[in-house]
Amino acid sequence: MFNPSAPTVPVPHSLIDAPPIPDTWKHQHLLGLQHLAASEITLILDFAEHLHAATGNGRIKLDLLKGRTLANLFFENSTRTRNSFSLAAKRLGADTVEFSSSGSSVAKGETFIDTAKTIEAMLVDVVVVRHSSPGTPHMLAKHLACSVINAGDGPHEHPTQGLLDILTIRQHRGSLAGLTVAMVGDIAHSRTARSNIWGLLKLGAKVIVCGPATLVSKNWEKLGVEVSYSLDKILPRCDVLNLLRIQFERQAIRPFPSVHEYTLLYAMTQERIRRSKPDILIMAPGPINRGVELTPEVADGPHSVILEQVTNGIAIRMATLWLLLGRRG
Amino acid sequence: MNTDCSWLIENARLIDPSTGLDRIGRLLVVDGRFAGIDTSDGDVPAFAQRWDAVGCVVAPGLCDLSTEFGEPGREEDETIVTGTTAALAGGFTAIALSSNTEPPIDTAASVEFIHQKGARADKCRVYALGCVSKLQLGESLAEIGSLVEAGAVALSDGPRPIENTGLLRRALEYCGMFDRVVFDHPEIASLSKGGVMHEGLEQLVLGLSPIPAEAEDLATSRDLRLVEATGGRLHLTSISTSGSVELCRRAKSRGIHFTTGIYIANVHMDDSMLRSFDSNCKVSPPLRSQEHVDACVQGLRDGTIDIISSGHRPCSLEKKMLEIDAAPFGMIALETALAQVITHLIRPGVLSWCEAMKKLSWNPSKLIGQTGGTLEVGKPADFIIVDADRKWKVDATSLQSKSYNTPLNGTELYGMVLATFVNGRKRS
Repeated sequence: MFNPSAPTVPVPHSLIDAPPIPDTWKHQHLLGLQHLAASEITLILDFAEHLHAATGNGRIKLDLLKGRTLANLFFENSTRTRNSFSLAAKRLGADTVEFSSSGSSVAKGETFIDTAKTIEAMLVDVVVVRHSSPGTPHMLAKHLACSVINAGDGPHEHPTQGLLDILTIRQHRGSLAGLTVAMVGDIAHSRTARSNIWGLLKLGAKVIVCGPATLVSKNWEKLGVEVSYSLDKILPRCDVLNLLRIQFERQAIRPFPSVHEYTLLYAMTQERIRRSKPDILIMAPGPINRGVELTPEVADGPHSVILEQVTNGIAIRMATLWLLLGRRG
Repeated sequence: MNTDCSWLIENARLIDPSTGLDRIGRLLVVDGRFAGIDTSDGDVPAFAQRWDAVGCVVAPGLCDLSTEFGEPGREEDETIVTGTTAALAGGFTAIALSSNTEPPIDTAASVEFIHQKGARADKCRVYALGCVSKLQLGESLAEIGSLVEAGAVALSDGPRPIENTGLLRRALEYCGMFDRVVFDHPEIASLSKGGVMHEGLEQLVLGLSPIPAEAEDLATSRDLRLVEATGGRLHLTSISTSGSVELCRRAKSRGIHFTTGIYIANVHMDDSMLRSFDSNCKVSPPLRSQEHVDACVQGLRDGTIDIISSGHRPCSLEKKMLEIDAAPFGMIALETALAQVITHLIRPGVLSWCEAMKKLSWNPSKLIGQTGGTLEVGKPADFIIVDADRKWKVDATSLQSKSYNTPLNGTELYGMVLATFVNGRKRS
């Protein structure tokens, strides 16, 4: 688990220095990992660990971002990511405000940008946005003066998810360089896969995408990613498996015949664990479909770091907020 | 004896795609009609105005077959007045208006509405395209005979593809009776449904829904087979893939008669432009990857592609301000099309001026059976004066079009239209 040596006695926050933001950090927004440098990714991971320790593993509330406001603007259902951002903000002393709306702006009659501008006019410092359409956070970043964090834009990117996955691996293995990480499942519709791929490649890991051919494009090879349709073939080589959720809601024609067949080919079972490396890490961005991507024994077994990912999510989001807001005002 | 439509344009580089003329000379226009090239001084009427066009190109006015305005029904995008004003500014003297209005142009009365609005606007020539199917629903044939009787110059369900193969077959047979061309935008919707951009590496990275190239290739292949079977007249309005280019090339070499068009955007813009998530880059057919763009350019060079169209499709600001998934397809192009051709096809040597003007004016005019695309003596004097070397920066807000949806905003292009003449009258 996370840093078991962290202090159990609350430390007065005045004694804790916030990590200084280096001059090389120039970003106002966090829209994706594709355009971040390896050093910037490492910086976020380091800050996450620093702030996690500084908050006494969540037991201390700091006032680093006192007076700042985070707005959650979610156009798709989410509980975990939204709450994770809220908690991260609160642990740094910021206020939060929630906006959620399902469906596109067309259905609502107000354009998406107008909604965002209305929220910005309430003088928020950062908007965290989730939307089914790729590019919406980029669009907001163009129209708003405040910071924008992408909390998932369709299948495009989900940078804090990628970062928390990578942090979890780093905590267990010390470094990403030379590790073989397989993303398994619905790669086509997965923002988690894309953010992970960019981050992992930059930090020197080998990445495999694995799943049914209808959900895994051969084109990934052009980006330096190995493509495989057989989990059994790649299994013995993998240090980490990231099991992606099958996104039934995004698909017009079902890309595989049945859930039964999918689990036969791609579900992580105890039997497959036995054919894996002894120290394999099993990850899942959640929400997990028990019995589809993985069996309950694997989800709750010793190789699973799924709940650590959730804890790390808050740390990554604290680091992100601090980097984007810590120097302003 | 009409001074305002009689001109002597001197020292111009004259381009006549109908004859292959390309040389410096002087063009005489008398009473709204071409009256000759390099006529002797004695034959120049005293009332003709003189224009020294030294350093400029003088060519027939452009004719566009893929122009969409919103009128009737979507006047917030473009009206016939604003659209025809934009057309003149861009050097177009004739446009065939898309039947994609609300309601669609599927009755004789609606064709007459377009003609009347065009006449009242009194800018460029305005022709109407009639629907192939009732309400553009793709189910049953519109009253094509009545549409033709009312003056529809061709039949089109554009920008929608004619999905129903049986209907397309009937349309090709039926329109043949009236010697009218059927326009099709080749696309198999079941493959492209929900798509936003060209399927490929860029799309994979951006996570936007794909429009695969084969959605177009299959439709092109189907369409060409039906032309061969029926002997009907077909114009593919907007090809954009290497597969389509190759299919058209082979069909032409086998002697099948049809014409091929391309929208100017697909000649030089590629799918990497979507990285900006700018909804103005969301167009149909989609911006393809560079290898497809290269294949299209080759198709223009070797004559596989006969017609370059603007693909002008205005969308009001509020529509394009939506998320890219929800935003409508389309970009405006009437005022930039010629400069795009000059910058990306003529200056790099892909097409000569004559070849380019053939695809922009002579071929499209011929296709819809109208005069134009020529400087022939006696024909209506529709022509343009272009400073081909003048560089200008596109400023979407200063264009005449009512909408601003162009991804070219801020980019520099070569070639400025100095004047556009319709029936010898300077209109822009």
